[in-house]
Amino acid sequence: MTKLLEAPATDRPTRPGRGTGTGGGAPSGSGRRRPLAAALGLITSPKYGPVTVTALLFVAIFVIGGFRYRGFFSGQVFLNLFVDNAYLIVLAVGMTFVILTGGIDLSVGAVVALSGMIAASLLQTGWSPGVVIPLILLLTSVLGLLVGLMIHVFKVQPFIATLAAMFLARGLCYVISQSSISITDPTFVQLAVSRIPLGAGLSITPSVIIAVVVVAIAVWVLHGTRFGRTVYAIGGGEQSGLLMGLPVARTKVLVYVISGFCSGLAGVLFTFYTLSGYPLTAIGTELDAIAAVVIGGTLLTGGYGFVLGSVLGVLVLGVIQTILTFEGTLSSWWTKIFIGALLLVFIILQKVLTARRR
Amino acid sequence: MSTLAKMASSRLFWPVVMLLVLFAINLVAFPGFFEITVRDGQLFGSLIDILRNGAPTLIIAVGMTLVIATRGIDLSVGAVAAISGAVACSIILGSPDPGSLATVAVAITVALLISLVLGVWNGFLVAALGIQPIIATLILMTAGRGVAMLITEGQILTVNSPPFKFLGSGFWLGVPIAVIIAAVVFGLAALITRRTALGMFIESVGINPEASRQAGVRARGLLFAVYTFCALCAAIAGLILTANTAAADANNTGLFIELDAILAVVIGGTSLAGGRYSLLGTLVGALVIQTLVTTVYTVGIPPIATMVFKAAVVTVVCLLQSPTTAEAFSGFRRRLALRAEKGVAAS
Amino acid sequence: MPHPLADSMESTVTQQTEPVGPAPTPVVEMRGISIGFPGVKALDGVDFRMFPGEVHSLMGENGAGKSTLIKALTGVYGIDAGTITLAGERVSFAGPAQAQAAGISTVYQEVNLLPNLSVAENIMLGREPRRFGGIDWRAMRRRSAELLAGLHLDLDPGSLLGDHSLAVQQLVAIARAIDVNAKVLILDEPTSSLDADEVAELFRVIRTLKEQGVAILFVSHFLDQVYEICDRLTVLRNGTLVGEYLTEELLRIDLVQKMIGKELTALDDLEHKARTAVVDESDAATFVSASRLGRRGAIAPADLPIAVGEVVGLAGLLGSGRTELARLLGGIDRADTGELSIHGEQVRLRTPRQAIGKRIAFSSENRRDEGIVGELTVRDNIVLALQADRGWFRPIPKKKQDELAQSYIQALNIRPGNPDALVRNLSGGNQQKVLLARWLAIAPRLLILDEPTRGIDIGAKAEIQKLVYTLAENGMSVLFISAELEEVLRLSHRVVVLRDRAVVADLENDGLTVDALLALIADGRVASDDEALDERTPAVAVAATPTTPTTTTPEGGRP
Repeated sequence: MTKLLEAPATDRPTRPGRGTGTGGGAPSGSGRRRPLAAALGLITSPKYGPVTVTALLFVAIFVIGGFRYRGFFSGQVFLNLFVDNAYLIVLAVGMTFVILTGGIDLSVGAVVALSGMIAASLLQTGWSPGVVIPLILLLTSVLGLLVGLMIHVFKVQPFIATLAAMFLARGLCYVISQSSISITDPTFVQLAVSRIPLGAGLSITPSVIIAVVVVAIAVWVLHGTRFGRTVYAIGGGEQSGLLMGLPVARTKVLVYVISGFCSGLAGVLFTFYTLSGYPLTAIGTELDAIAAVVIGGTLLTGGYGFVLGSVLGVLVLGVIQTILTFEGTLSSWWTKIFIGALLLVFIILQKVLTARRR
Repeated sequence: MSTLAKMASSRLFWPVVMLLVLFAINLVAFPGFFEITVRDGQLFGSLIDILRNGAPTLIIAVGMTLVIATRGIDLSVGAVAAISGAVACSIILGSPDPGSLATVAVAITVALLISLVLGVWNGFLVAALGIQPIIATLILMTAGRGVAMLITEGQILTVNSPPFKFLGSGFWLGVPIAVIIAAVVFGLAALITRRTALGMFIESVGINPEASRQAGVRARGLLFAVYTFCALCAAIAGLILTANTAAADANNTGLFIELDAILAVVIGGTSLAGGRYSLLGTLVGALVIQTLVTTVYTVGIPPIATMVFKAAVVTVVCLLQSPTTAEAFSGFRRRLALRAEKGVAAS
Repeated sequence: MPHPLADSMESTVTQQTEPVGPAPTPVVEMRGISIGFPGVKALDGVDFRMFPGEVHSLMGENGAGKSTLIKALTGVYGIDAGTITLAGERVSFAGPAQAQAAGISTVYQEVNLLPNLSVAENIMLGREPRRFGGIDWRAMRRRSAELLAGLHLDLDPGSLLGDHSLAVQQLVAIARAIDVNAKVLILDEPTSSLDADEVAELFRVIRTLKEQGVAILFVSHFLDQVYEICDRLTVLRNGTLVGEYLTEELLRIDLVQKMIGKELTALDDLEHKARTAVVDESDAATFVSASRLGRRGAIAPADLPIAVGEVVGLAGLLGSGRTELARLLGGIDRADTGELSIHGEQVRLRTPRQAIGKRIAFSSENRRDEGIVGELTVRDNIVLALQADRGWFRPIPKKKQDELAQSYIQALNIRPGNPDALVRNLSGGNQQKVLLARWLAIAPRLLILDEPTRGIDIGAKAEIQKLVYTLAENGMSVLFISAELEEVLRLSHRVVVLRDRAVVADLENDGLTVDALLALIADGRVASDDEALDERTPAVAVAATPTTPTTTTPEGGRP
């Protein structure tokens, strides 16, 4: 109809599947496209590309593991990925919020340790779990709030502000106790040992349910609410978001509150898993969480990514760990090297995909 | 008044004030804080301890300053330090004569060469592939500790080699070797960047990479150089740390040292956004961090709480350097001046 | 402060109100607006008004107060004195959000949207329809589709904004701006990065909105566009009102004079000198020669010889390939076809540094992002290229640096004349001069200037033009790019015309006119239809007289 409108249309053949953008999770109305072109478009899109690759990678590793090891290809091995990594999933969810805004949270590992320490020490002195858990979530959220305020009001780089929070949390761990405190509280023990049967001999833990609920809420918040879209908006261009009248300031602070809350919750789930608090625990967990988010397809510069992608990222890390366990002879340090290599691959992939768009 | 205002606006002002405050606290808690004694021809005293223990952080912070000035960051320095320590110790352990100078020289040379390779790797990711530095170096930060463990095979390698141990705890002309090495690294870095045009190029690339490219500055080579230099600094620090305890611990050598180094740079007034840098500021920053650790000891707070205090210092320094605070201060000063004016007018 | 034209302005205003305004009362009326910043009076008692259904242009040079007035209207700045009336009611906005709620929307020069979100979100976010505490996606898509349809735009609201061209993004920004009761739409330099077709599309949208009764404030540096789309003009100079005029009653030359407030004598003087300069055209004097030099997607293979002491102008629209060709010569981008020779010797320029080694200097049109190093001092910025050429281990001695900086500060009249001042604190014109100093310091034999006079005040512009002239007289070759054809004609010995990423003509500047160039740019051939195009024949058919702004017809700019 008009000349201008022909311009984007001429691009169409070179970028198949352009029309699939659905406003971040909104139902797509457009169908009818050649499947090959659609698949190509999916993989080369900065929005869907990395997460698609991650999904394929996960399936590939799982299938390879299934062929290589007896007993690998089972539902329970798959479910155990969730059981073993429930806390990491929750952490990655919080980290996704932060990274989507273009920030980073280095404090999550230390906060996991801190909430474990608080839980162990308070339970030891006879507090009720019904008080301890909300208290932990409140405290870690407040820590996140302080970090967020430091970043937003005082313009401190997220890297430095969360570093301070990391020091603080880790230091407080030592102040509480220098040695491991075991948890004997019956509720915690009950939550740690209980399995929820799913039939066919499969089972999960309560932690998995909590993690899944957290993921579900996060997906809804990110894609269905103004707050969530503002998170994306900040990553796409903070100034533009401000001019659009979006609540940028509040959102920027809130993502760190969310990350703090998720770290606290992850810490609680981690104590269900370990039944102890130890100040040196979860060192470097922030790296695992960041790696999971990146492998899950969230751009570290912000603006693009999905919570479900981060979950996939955690599963990829988990399946690698499982393979190494099945392999037996491979030592644990290979995990770190593998994660490093995967990070490299995905970062280069992101680079290539975003460069093609320019 | 105006000189005071000028001083206050200097980027070094707050770090120096903080250092002085820490000194003052130490002096109150421990009157002999500034005393330096000579024992067996070697200098001893709290200040010497601060210098010696702070040397590894300072060395890495010097490299980090240049990296940060180019808009970069190097998270992998701790891992590189661990790798260099692991390499040196495994070579010394594997040699028939661990105590010979030649063995140690070979071990140190190989460790430093490997660090150069690691630095070039970081430089490659940042300069050639154009990956964000924080991410690029995150890769080596994650994988590096695994590599170090691979070298030590998961063990803590304890070496009994006097020449190697000398690196960490020896003295030369009464001064700890570590301090001398740090001084040499600092001096070289300052000399090379400020007496040549390197410093200007680094700042120029940090401020505006594309304009610098068009002006003929080769950013790629520059980035390779700073990341390699930073890795070299990390390896030197790693060797000192390993020699100090005579043991290579892949998990704990240089743990969190990247954070201390970055902190030193930031406290010293170099912006993480790149551009203008101050090596002198970094020196003050490294001293602040180490003095803080010492203060915690002298004041009698359990040393385990050091990290809480580090957090406090980071927070305070960041808040003081924050533009928001600067605005608030200047608004306050303006109101004060206004009030003074009105007072004069009234009288 | 009273200004000399105040009386004439009043009379113009009163006589023009009746015929133009479709409604008798203005939708926006600003009276006696004053805004001061420390040390500057940015606006001094300015009156401004807009009627519903009109396109109004705010004209003025840099520092005239245009953007300050817009920011006062949109609530970004508070006003020190004066009143703002919107639709008959006194208003005072505490921020852009309030202004927008009251019906004043702004589309800024840089598209302030989010490339990572969908078109629908970019239109609706901030006032998105809600349902059950979340976003009602269905309603959101429907409403954005309606809005786009209202502007006759056929876009999928679900598509990612970043997948569309800048022009489409601009239209999406307008769609966003006019949602809900927009009474006033401010378009701040909307056309600066659009090509001709895209501008036409934008104007179609503007006309649609005009019919709907929206008052549109259109700010642009392009006089042609202003004359094409605007009904009325308000001219500001140095923070004061010069007057309000009907576009059709104001000659361009009068407008320019009102904007700059002084005669163009300095430039006219220069013009005649440049034209009479004689250049040795023999092959021996050819400094650089490009043959079939090209780069895929940027510029088709092109020939371009430049003689010693010759000023070659590149004429063409933005995106015509003029910058792209110059970047190949400056080593900024690599050519993938063709050859380049310097003094007959073949060379390859892969990096800017290699070009600098051959004494070719390229000064980018993008001063802020590709030119100055803001946090460094004037001195460092001046010596940067020279130092880079020498390498890092052979530093220029401090004393020599100071001498260099001082001499260029004096020669180019850089203000403030302090070599230790940070460049980012200088005005645009002075930053441009610092850049020129940087390139002159390497003693170039070919100086490539891409839009050196864009966005700087008229005084600095004249100084830079004079400098180009002097440099060429002293034997330097200059490749000069400017969007202003008058400027190209004034300075160049030869003009190379580009269109659609290819060279379409290479003409001696001997009686060339703006109209002839425009015809070439528009159609790839000279204006008169029956004259065959010969590349080396000057297009003299249209006008024999030298072109000055006076002879440019208002319609000249539109192909």
